[in-house]
Amino acid sequence: MKFSLGKWLLPLYTVLALIFLMVPIVYTFVFSFNDSLKSNITWRGFTFDKWLNVCQVQNGAVCEAFGNSILIGVVATVAATTLGTMIAIALVRYRFRFRSQTSLLLFLPMATPEVVLGAGLAAQFLSVGVPKDMFTIILAHTMFCISFVVVTVKARVASLDPALEEAGRDLYGSATQVFARITFPLLLPGILAAALLSFALSFDDFIITNFNSGAVTTFPKYIYVSAARGIPAEANVIASAVFIFALAIVVTTQVSRAARAKRLAKQG
Amino acid sequence: MNSGVFASTGADLELRGIQKRFPGFTAIEHLDLKIPAGSFFALLGPSGCGKTTTLRLVAGLEEPTSGRILIGGTDVTNQKSFQRPVNTVFQSYALFPHMTVLENVAFGLRRRRIGDPVAKAHEALRLVELDHLASRRPQQLSGGQQQRVALARAIVNRPALLLLDEPLGALDLKLRRQMQLELKTIQEEVGLTFLHVTHDQEEAMTMADTVAVMNKGRIEQMGAPEELYELPRTAFVANFLGQSNLFTGPVVGSTSEAISVDVAGQKVVVPTARAHRHTGEVTIGVRPEKLSLHLTEPVDDVARNVMGPGRVLDVSFSGVSTQYIVEVPGIGNLIVFAQNVAFGPVTHEGSEVWMSWNIEHGFGLEDDASAEPRFEADDTTRSIATQKRSSLLTELEGA
Repeated sequence: MKFSLGKWLLPLYTVLALIFLMVPIVYTFVFSFNDSLKSNITWRGFTFDKWLNVCQVQNGAVCEAFGNSILIGVVATVAATTLGTMIAIALVRYRFRFRSQTSLLLFLPMATPEVVLGAGLAAQFLSVGVPKDMFTIILAHTMFCISFVVVTVKARVASLDPALEEAGRDLYGSATQVFARITFPLLLPGILAAALLSFALSFDDFIITNFNSGAVTTFPKYIYVSAARGIPAEANVIASAVFIFALAIVVTTQVSRAARAKRLAKQG
Repeated sequence: MNSGVFASTGADLELRGIQKRFPGFTAIEHLDLKIPAGSFFALLGPSGCGKTTTLRLVAGLEEPTSGRILIGGTDVTNQKSFQRPVNTVFQSYALFPHMTVLENVAFGLRRRRIGDPVAKAHEALRLVELDHLASRRPQQLSGGQQQRVALARAIVNRPALLLLDEPLGALDLKLRRQMQLELKTIQEEVGLTFLHVTHDQEEAMTMADTVAVMNKGRIEQMGAPEELYELPRTAFVANFLGQSNLFTGPVVGSTSEAISVDVAGQKVVVPTARAHRHTGEVTIGVRPEKLSLHLTEPVDDVARNVMGPGRVLDVSFSGVSTQYIVEVPGIGNLIVFAQNVAFGPVTHEGSEVWMSWNIEHGFGLEDDASAEPRFEADDTTRSIATQKRSSLLTELEGA
């Protein structure tokens, strides 16, 4: 058989790329089982201890940071998704003065470098005299998440045929009923995607948070600070757990979607 | 409308002095219309004539700039769409993609808290012969099936008035015929008032009891299909509803019975009763199928108008009939439809022919043919929305 370069090169390249992408994740996961002492750089033996006693190291600092991040993420996501969805519907469905200017303004937080945004916000909080704590972090996160929610949901609203809402009104649905039974369910996939994105962005954010957090520690901030003196294996445990959780969600949705498509295909 | 109560019969619709202006253009200039209960009424016109806007006004999806809308004698002008006893079959069907066919049909019943919505929805689906697909999603159905679901979703509510917005536009010819028949049957069965908007003159004529031809935001003529066809009042109607041969010339003689018109040297007689104007320059016409083709000059007959000689420019055979285009010097091209009673065309391109028709078949128009015969614009729901949006945008930017 003739040797074909294309036949081997592409799979080889794919495998290498995947390995490159996976190494940090695998490293994090593997070292969550390391029987480490202070720093978690050299392999000292396998143990489940870190998984079982994740909240006990440094008086539970890892878990506290993680809990803070979850709380901030959830509150910011709910606030940003609610406001962002309302803004997106308004921008697509209604004509009002300064509409295009509003669109532009909403785009700004995405285009501005995070450092500038974080520093700007910090300066503002300082000049207004708002003490930096959990509340200021949530405000900051809500602000930049709104932009992403508006962009995501807007696309969905724009693709929604206005005739559907008209049909709802024509079929004796009041404004509230039409929104609850037609507009909202049809926008839901977009809204959910926006919420997931918001949460991921908020959970992940370090730069803006660092400027506006005061004494509060979030998970990314904790990792950053402890990186200087060695990240405890408990941080690896939480990172791995989050990764596995996210993976599980993705796999579940894919499987159930495939099953549904199969079911529909059988019906049709 | 009271919730939980069905309209027992259709109601009449009355439009009084309706005007609708969108920023930048006027969709409806002035519209007075009365549609009696239980009738099948068609609004016929080209794109952009204001027919879809009229429908949306009745449905409550647009507000008139001025004028009143009455349904069954009640003024509904200020009522919201969901308060009116009216249902619409949308051009795009607008079926809710996230609900099953059954839930789509039951939607209106549930909103009005009518008892046993599921059973009634099944019943409506049986009427359109789709009950076996009740648990499917709309996107799993064919175009024709979706159309029937849209119809079932509207009629299940027993509205006093059913609005149809070119619902057959997206179907192929065979399905279209089938649906036309079905619609007509359902209308007779349930006895609702139907208001059907279409640009398809054949559809309007076969289905409706009364047809109103709309042009540029006004009703040009209204009446039974035969009446509109045989005695069009304006050049627009004469050309939009089928085809017409139109001639313009001065009236050279008139009696109480008939007027005679000089058309480029040839005398054409039209009964006085069938002509709207009796003096000066008038436009008269005759339908292509009323013309007979002669290969030799026909003998004078007081009962017939003769025109010719002319030269055959084109012969096109279409099975049942053959269409001839004949050029008559000084007059222009005439169209002749001849039934193929024998085999094939009776003459060929380039030959010299005469045409004649029964004087009783001519008609005289109110306006003249030169007044812009047609205008092509776009007036679907979507393009109205786009137009509205862009004009609003310019308005906002100007402010």
